[in-house]
Amino acid sequence: MSLRILDKGAVAPLINALRADYRVVGPKAKGSAFAFGPITDPAQLRLDYDTTILPPKKVFQPPEERLVTFTMQGQVEPVVDAEPTVLFGVHTCDLHAIALLDKAFSQDYADAHYLERRKQTTIVSLECLEPCDEHSFCKSMGTLTADEGYDLHLTDLGPAYAVDVATEKGEQLLARYGTTSEATDADVRRLNEVLGAKWPRFTYRLNFDAAELPALLSTAYDHPLWDELAERCLACGSCTNVCPTCYCFNVYDEVNMALTEGERRRRWDSCQLDQFASVAAGENFREARSARQRHRFMRKGKYLYEKFGELGCVGCGRCVRTCVAEISIVDGFNAIHRAA
Amino acid sequence: MTTTIYTPEMARMVAVRDTGPLEKVFTIELPDGRSLDHSPGQFVEVSVLGVGEAPFGVASSPSRSNGSFEICVRRVGDVTNAMHRMQPGASLGIRGPFGEGFPIEKMRGKDLLFAPGGMGLPPLRSLIQQVLDERGSFGRVIILYGTKRPEEVLFREELDEWVARDDVECRITVDRGDETWDGHVGVITTLFPDVSINPRNTVAVTCGPPIMYRFVLMELLGKGIPETQIYLSLERRMKCGVGKCGHCQINNLYCCQDGPVFTYAQIKGVEEAL
Repeated sequence: MSLRILDKGAVAPLINALRADYRVVGPKAKGSAFAFGPITDPAQLRLDYDTTILPPKKVFQPPEERLVTFTMQGQVEPVVDAEPTVLFGVHTCDLHAIALLDKAFSQDYADAHYLERRKQTTIVSLECLEPCDEHSFCKSMGTLTADEGYDLHLTDLGPAYAVDVATEKGEQLLARYGTTSEATDADVRRLNEVLGAKWPRFTYRLNFDAAELPALLSTAYDHPLWDELAERCLACGSCTNVCPTCYCFNVYDEVNMALTEGERRRRWDSCQLDQFASVAAGENFREARSARQRHRFMRKGKYLYEKFGELGCVGCGRCVRTCVAEISIVDGFNAIHRAA
Repeated sequence: MTTTIYTPEMARMVAVRDTGPLEKVFTIELPDGRSLDHSPGQFVEVSVLGVGEAPFGVASSPSRSNGSFEICVRRVGDVTNAMHRMQPGASLGIRGPFGEGFPIEKMRGKDLLFAPGGMGLPPLRSLIQQVLDERGSFGRVIILYGTKRPEEVLFREELDEWVARDDVECRITVDRGDETWDGHVGVITTLFPDVSINPRNTVAVTCGPPIMYRFVLMELLGKGIPETQIYLSLERRMKCGVGKCGHCQINNLYCCQDGPVFTYAQIKGVEEAL
């Protein structure tokens, strides 16, 4: 829609102004790492973050949430917990992941819980100018930049941010809460320089075109890699918890101590846990750890693509970073490609 | 907020009867006498508030709905144990019906061969009842039912009616007989050699424990029934029923949306199916 300039000194006033009407969530320091969390003081916002432990999916699909409340007499009420939110500082890999989640939660049956939070959230994303670390492979997955999926998109020009105003929601938010100026020709030139200069800093980690992944994986069902991974995998489920496109969940009931009322809740679940695909009589349809690792690779590189037209891996590197057994999905994809 | 896809509608369980050592049949009425409006082969998610929710294939046909439907429940987990303790008049939460059922239109004019095993009978019963209520629209109706032991034969009275009918060829077998059993003894596949069929005009439908499918499929394919005319109803732990939670995924297929009814042609290359 338009390009505006936001001086870095104007970020703190913007956050403060937003906080009056919105929950502001953004990257904050957490120990030696970063995590998305509520910004209660503009000084907490770390737009210089590399990556976060958990992806921003938790803003739309929290690790645990209520689906319905009920009384034991049989009164059932749906609950959609959502509040006006500004999600600040989302990197482009995560924007691509959110685009996939949007499809997963709206296709066929609309999931009101995700979609209402999504509707009430304004996304202010941030262009990556430096690789976060050696584990990310966004350039290979085509997620090093994004054309859509945000309301406002920031690019660091040094003393100021260039703000790509992409939606009316973003435009109104900026007009009401922020102080920006119109971008000059010099700003546009500077923006193009910055965007052009970033590409050589990122490396390709996949030894082939990511578009080949679905076809490649369709030949890899019996690949020896799955058994090799099973030897190392601890089936802890960390990789799926930190994955920005993993959205599987379990559903369970909780009842109060008086046994008069309760809640039906859902929480993140993982196809890597041993009981994920078991049924009541005891049959487990994905019992072998190798089959569970294969399922994860297949979902990321093939199944989700077939269902939604988007690859399930955005190259954020979180699963690689978090795995204590040092299992790397990008190394795995490359191993399959070498064998093909 | 009026409702969401995860909100059960409270229904009344109006009757319950035993049908096996661990199995009961529940008759359930939706509010305002509304019909479930399902097709045979579809499933519902049943809630016991405070305990949880579990998926069950509808065991009765739309043709016999009469404002209620039936499910057959084996007592094996938390939800099913809680259901077994319930008395008529109790409330149960219902979501659904969900999934792809049997394509009954493609079965009209065809001979039908049903091969349920054990707890595989209830979802097929929904289709069998519908077929018998429109008996003139179908060719032969052959039912080959197998269970492990005589007391595990479900819907015994109804099976006896089917056996007695001139227009139904129904045979029952048990893996191991006892003094109460004077019928056929042997696994379900031992019933197949005596049945001769016209394979091109036959649609086969099977449902049972995972171990059973491969052997039954060998019999059906051995008789020359085309892969596209063999239907299977598969069991998975559908937590959401609407293609989100991931629990029921069978490779790239979602049992709750693409199934639970599949043709053998559909799942032949799907390694996790059986």
